[in-house]
Amino acid sequence: MATVELKHVRKVYSGGVEAVKGVSIDIADGALCVLVGPSGCGKSTLLRMIAGLEAISAGDIAIDGKVVNAIGPAERDIAMVFQNYALYPHMKVYDNMAYGLRNRGMAKDEIDKRVQSAAATLELTQLLQRRPRELSGGQRQRVAMGRAIVRDPKVFLFDEPLSNLDAKLRGQMRVEIKRLQRSLGVTSVYVTHDQLEAMTLADQLVVMNNGVVEQIGAPLDVYEKPASTFVASFIGAPPMNLLPLTRAANGHALKDGQVLASTAFDGSAAALLGFRPEDAVVGADGHSFALDFHVLAVEPVGAESYLHGEAAGSQLIVRVAGRTDVKPGDRMPVSVADARLHAFDAAGKRIERSPAGVIVRAAAVQAAPA
Amino acid sequence: MSPRVVFPNRMLPYLLLAPQLAITLVFFYWPASQALYQSVLREDPFGLASRYVGLDNFRRVLADPNYINSIEVTAIFSVATAALAMSTALLLAVMADKVIRGRGIYRTLMIWPYAVAPAIAGMLWLFMFNPTMGTFAYMLRATGYNWDPLLNGPQAMTLVIAAAAWKQISYNFLFFVAGLQAIPKTLIEAAAIDGAGETKRFWTIVFPLLAPTTFFLLVVNTVYAFFDTFGIIHAVTGGGPGKSTETLVYKVYNDGFVNLLFGSSAAQSVILMVIVIAMTAVQFRYVEKKVHYG
Repeated sequence: MATVELKHVRKVYSGGVEAVKGVSIDIADGALCVLVGPSGCGKSTLLRMIAGLEAISAGDIAIDGKVVNAIGPAERDIAMVFQNYALYPHMKVYDNMAYGLRNRGMAKDEIDKRVQSAAATLELTQLLQRRPRELSGGQRQRVAMGRAIVRDPKVFLFDEPLSNLDAKLRGQMRVEIKRLQRSLGVTSVYVTHDQLEAMTLADQLVVMNNGVVEQIGAPLDVYEKPASTFVASFIGAPPMNLLPLTRAANGHALKDGQVLASTAFDGSAAALLGFRPEDAVVGADGHSFALDFHVLAVEPVGAESYLHGEAAGSQLIVRVAGRTDVKPGDRMPVSVADARLHAFDAAGKRIERSPAGVIVRAAAVQAAPA
Repeated sequence: MSPRVVFPNRMLPYLLLAPQLAITLVFFYWPASQALYQSVLREDPFGLASRYVGLDNFRRVLADPNYINSIEVTAIFSVATAALAMSTALLLAVMADKVIRGRGIYRTLMIWPYAVAPAIAGMLWLFMFNPTMGTFAYMLRATGYNWDPLLNGPQAMTLVIAAAAWKQISYNFLFFVAGLQAIPKTLIEAAAIDGAGETKRFWTIVFPLLAPTTFFLLVVNTVYAFFDTFGIIHAVTGGGPGKSTETLVYKVYNDGFVNLLFGSSAAQSVILMVIVIAMTAVQFRYVEKKVHYG
């Protein structure tokens, strides 16, 4: 068991491309840290640097308090699960799992004990004499996991291990990975581009974009308080609605010219107002933040429905529970509880609200003088 | 099974196959049948008449110590040429796989020898190692080594093997490079994480995964060493000195076209045909089963 620390880690390729631009992350012993971001954000490069498959251009990576920059992948005591599983096609399942142990000169009966025990955990016992090509995608995935488990390493590294599985199996394996990681208590780093996978698996969520860390935190904290507009729109599906603001004489104006009166944040910096689709409620109560919503499309998903439409000059999505009678072309007021509004500055950084402040439309303030 | 494609016109498929069939008939089946026919005939000393002798030609050929010698020569030559050409090509391919800068140039240069005609390749090696005028022969002799492939059988053999292997390395190299590229990089990385050093990775992961390529090249190289090396042997040694580099194919040529023993030569080519058919069948039957992975 071990901690993993990254200190100002950078990766610059020989062509001058900077894939990772000074990333620092502390991963606690036994935690499952998920690196999430769009493709090309540097998350896989970072994982490969932890594994020792990519050289570190600058900064330090420490496993269990020991800097491993100059140590090869074999000596870092890590195990990795690859996206394409990377099973040795000419070896039986048993030999695939035993390969790493044999290379380390472990005694035969100890190898057998470990392989059998891992196979039992992953329900692979019946398949030990098969070759990878005779297995289904889900079974191959299990073998890849088994190969990592038998090693009993300090750190597990997962490189998008579920992205080659179909949706149903993916959900199943997600739960299984989490259960397994909990029971083994091995520190893990998990890379994915799937925000749902990231949210459900992570103890510690690291959102990356363009080679930098946008936010680190517990998944729900990240969801509740996105540190930037990037995080706000990447985490959560559908993404957070963002309304651009412009300066006005007595506060800020929405695109349609309506003025907001706000005591919630230092108004001068606010450039974007955000709210999650599920925080919007159809109807107006007279004092919440309200918009005149013009529905353009309705997406019924079953348990909920998404209304795509336009308000205050921006495209918005509003979630309503269950099914809805709303049709494209309808107009209706939509309101958002004040505490559910987020504000971001021109650079996309979150602006913390003062606890007592409110954000309302100037008109609404006038309408409720009492 | 995929559904059968049916041609609308019954004649069209035969018409499309006709050119290839014609070539095969004229250049393969007709000469092969002639060889079969000739192998049971014997000509009189003046080439005026021939008579049927049954399997007598075969009996004589197989009892001929020169023919037994030729089988030995062919065995040594083929095994050595295939082994040398394939191992060198594999070594170069593994090296070229690691080159990052100028990888394309290396690969292109490596392929050039394949474009050289066998007789030209033979002449090149002959000139380089000719005891009277060869540069390398001069250097060899300068070290005190008594280099004389014109009189020394094993040295002549070494020279033709080197020339024949050199020409085939390019071809093998090409296939090995492609084979190496087809091995997913993550497998190598997984093996590295699994604690296998570079040498161990090669023998436990890379080499087994190259097996289909290696098998294919084994068949191709054997056929090459048997048949396509005639030009090289003809140019470098002419089968000599003595009969120390006279392979089966060369002996067929020598007996048939130089000594004009048509019956004997035809019988030899029939035997050669049987040997190659048998070898290919054995290779496909027993070796191929073990080398294909999903």
